Amino acid sequence: MAQFFSGMMGSYLVGSFLISMLLFFNRNKLVNYGLTILFMVLQWGLTIYEFDHLNVVDFQYFSPDSLAIIFLVVLSILCVPAIYHSHVYCNSKAEIPRNRGIYFSALVVLFAALSAAYLSNHIAITWIFVELTTLSSSALIYHRRNSRSLEGTWKYIFVCSISITLVFIGILFLSIAVQRTGSTNLFYQGLFNSAAGMNVFWLKLAFLFIFTGFTCKAGLVPMYTAGIDAKDKAPSPAGAIFGSALMNVGFIGIFRFYQVIGPTSIFEWANKIMLITGLLSIFVATVYMLRVKNLKRMFAYSSVEHMGLIMVGLAAGGIGRYAAILHLVLHSFAKPVLFFQMGQVYRIYKSKSIYDIGDYFKYNLSGALVLLFAFFTVTAMPPSGMFVSEFLIFRALFEAKHIWIILFIMLLLTMIIWSFGKNIFKILFIKPIGFNDTDVEKISPFESLSQFILLALVIYLGLFPPAGLVTLINGAVSNLPK
Amino acid sequence: MTVILLAIFAVTLIYLGVANRLSSYISVLAVQGVILFGVAFIELIEINWVNLVFILLETIVFKTIAIPYFLKYIIERNKITRDSEPFLPDFISIVIVTAIIIASFLLSNAIEDPHLGKIFFVASLSALFTGLYIIVTRRKIITHVMGFLVIENGVFVLSLAVGNEMPMLVNIGILLDIFASVFLLGIFANKIGDIMKEQDVEQLSNLKD
Repeated sequence: MAQFFSGMMGSYLVGSFLISMLLFFNRNKLVNYGLTILFMVLQWGLTIYEFDHLNVVDFQYFSPDSLAIIFLVVLSILCVPAIYHSHVYCNSKAEIPRNRGIYFSALVVLFAALSAAYLSNHIAITWIFVELTTLSSSALIYHRRNSRSLEGTWKYIFVCSISITLVFIGILFLSIAVQRTGSTNLFYQGLFNSAAGMNVFWLKLAFLFIFTGFTCKAGLVPMYTAGIDAKDKAPSPAGAIFGSALMNVGFIGIFRFYQVIGPTSIFEWANKIMLITGLLSIFVATVYMLRVKNLKRMFAYSSVEHMGLIMVGLAAGGIGRYAAILHLVLHSFAKPVLFFQMGQVYRIYKSKSIYDIGDYFKYNLSGALVLLFAFFTVTAMPPSGMFVSEFLIFRALFEAKHIWIILFIMLLLTMIIWSFGKNIFKILFIKPIGFNDTDVEKISPFESLSQFILLALVIYLGLFPPAGLVTLINGAVSNLPK
Repeated sequence: MTVILLAIFAVTLIYLGVANRLSSYISVLAVQGVILFGVAFIELIEINWVNLVFILLETIVFKTIAIPYFLKYIIERNKITRDSEPFLPDFISIVIVTAIIIASFLLSNAIEDPHLGKIFFVASLSALFTGLYIIVTRRKIITHVMGFLVIENGVFVLSLAVGNEMPMLVNIGILLDIFASVFLLGIFANKIGDIMKEQDVEQLSNLKD
């Protein structure tokens, strides 16, 4: 019991569970506001506490290493606009109290599960909390309660359940490999120490299964499909979290195991697998981006493209590893902007299809500016911070002498930028056909403020990364071999 | 004894490949539960008794009684027709499932590991791929759930192979089992049955690009 309250993690988990329960049963709007603010305080409390206790084991199974801290801070920053926009979303729909309660309850559970999964230092504990993110996200996807959201939910749960089973099989193979070295230690540090002596065959199988399983959360080929439907059918603020923090959890699952196999002989083999997966993800994203007509799905495919780039950067080695994590951080700030803005677009046009939306400057000036700047940011044009990280990824590829791969990716990225730009400029400038603008909702420019701040953050972090961030990223990749 | 039980387990997979009625799927799942109970009892007799009782309860109460009963309830409540409606003829199914089992044998023979019971490996891999095969080739949504349950059984067999040294992993596997199946079946019982008129996968093809 003393151990339970010695750190912050135990109190955080219990606190968020209590808040989520209260949100679930509460029917009063003001109490609902109060509870979500309380959760934000708790989330930031945990973040600051863990930031101060770098690499100190908390509650036995959680230790805030550099990587966990980076993503925890990202999550806590995103948590504020996500909760704000969720309130805006619920108010604009005049949501009934019961559905509002379920929505915020699930959102709090999702945040708590994500934080715990980032911080966990044991492969099975990570696994449990990733499973918990599936359950809470499915409640968010089903929020609208119609047959299409049901379809999205069902597919999401089904594909995620299979993926999570694959990860579990991978952990079982890994445990076979661990037992042969005479230990039963499944902490990442223990795995890392004994990895060099493990049987290569079991390690390869374990890597394949764990990697394939986590691609579902990370949004990579082969399991990316469920994530696309989820981001499309979930309310936009939840979609913003799915497109950023939830993808980071998949990445962290892959990356931690990637670190474990660093000292072994299969490291090069794993790099090849990740390179191929990354390239295929970019390719698939390009193919769909060229023909997709639903804006939210287009943003979701753009995430697939960025995750593919990140995998390529990681596999290229050298500066590419630093660039990959920087890119992931910047992407986690840039992509939610588009989803938050999508909420406003939907309120004006009542549609997500590219055919029904247009002339956005006329109806919502601040929102249109967000969309324009976000387009430049997400497609990594200067001065976007993502330009820097993408440039570094290409440099790493160049240094690793992958010239043909660079050309291939450049070609695909050009096509993506073309189709992305075509759709965004249609939304901004071309009049929609048959749109009745007599009772268009006026949207306050204040609602776009959070998005401008996030965009500014992307530019700032990319162009002038603070020393603290650079140290953390270098700390995160320091375990990998040269 | 374990070998015999696991061989019977593999045979039930072949039977699943050709079974036509949903009720036979349910019976096969129940039989698999009993087989897993036997295997778990023999393999894990040495671990502490609280854990053992928990695992045995899970196989008997959950896998053998609760899930089949629940599946039956869903089928009756939603008036699902009794045929499993495969896309492929039974003959091809039986050939493919047999091929899966043979391939698992060949793969496990490639492993040079004296400590691992290869039969566990064969049984679990065959169950995994047979489950995937059932998911891919059947038209009804409920058979997808059944395919998933077969995969879960395969994972359980594999976790028994490491269970002596790491009982914690077996428990986590059971957690996955209960969580995922209750969730999938719960949604099915409450939502899909009410909202969708027909229970075919064609109903689930609205989300696309």
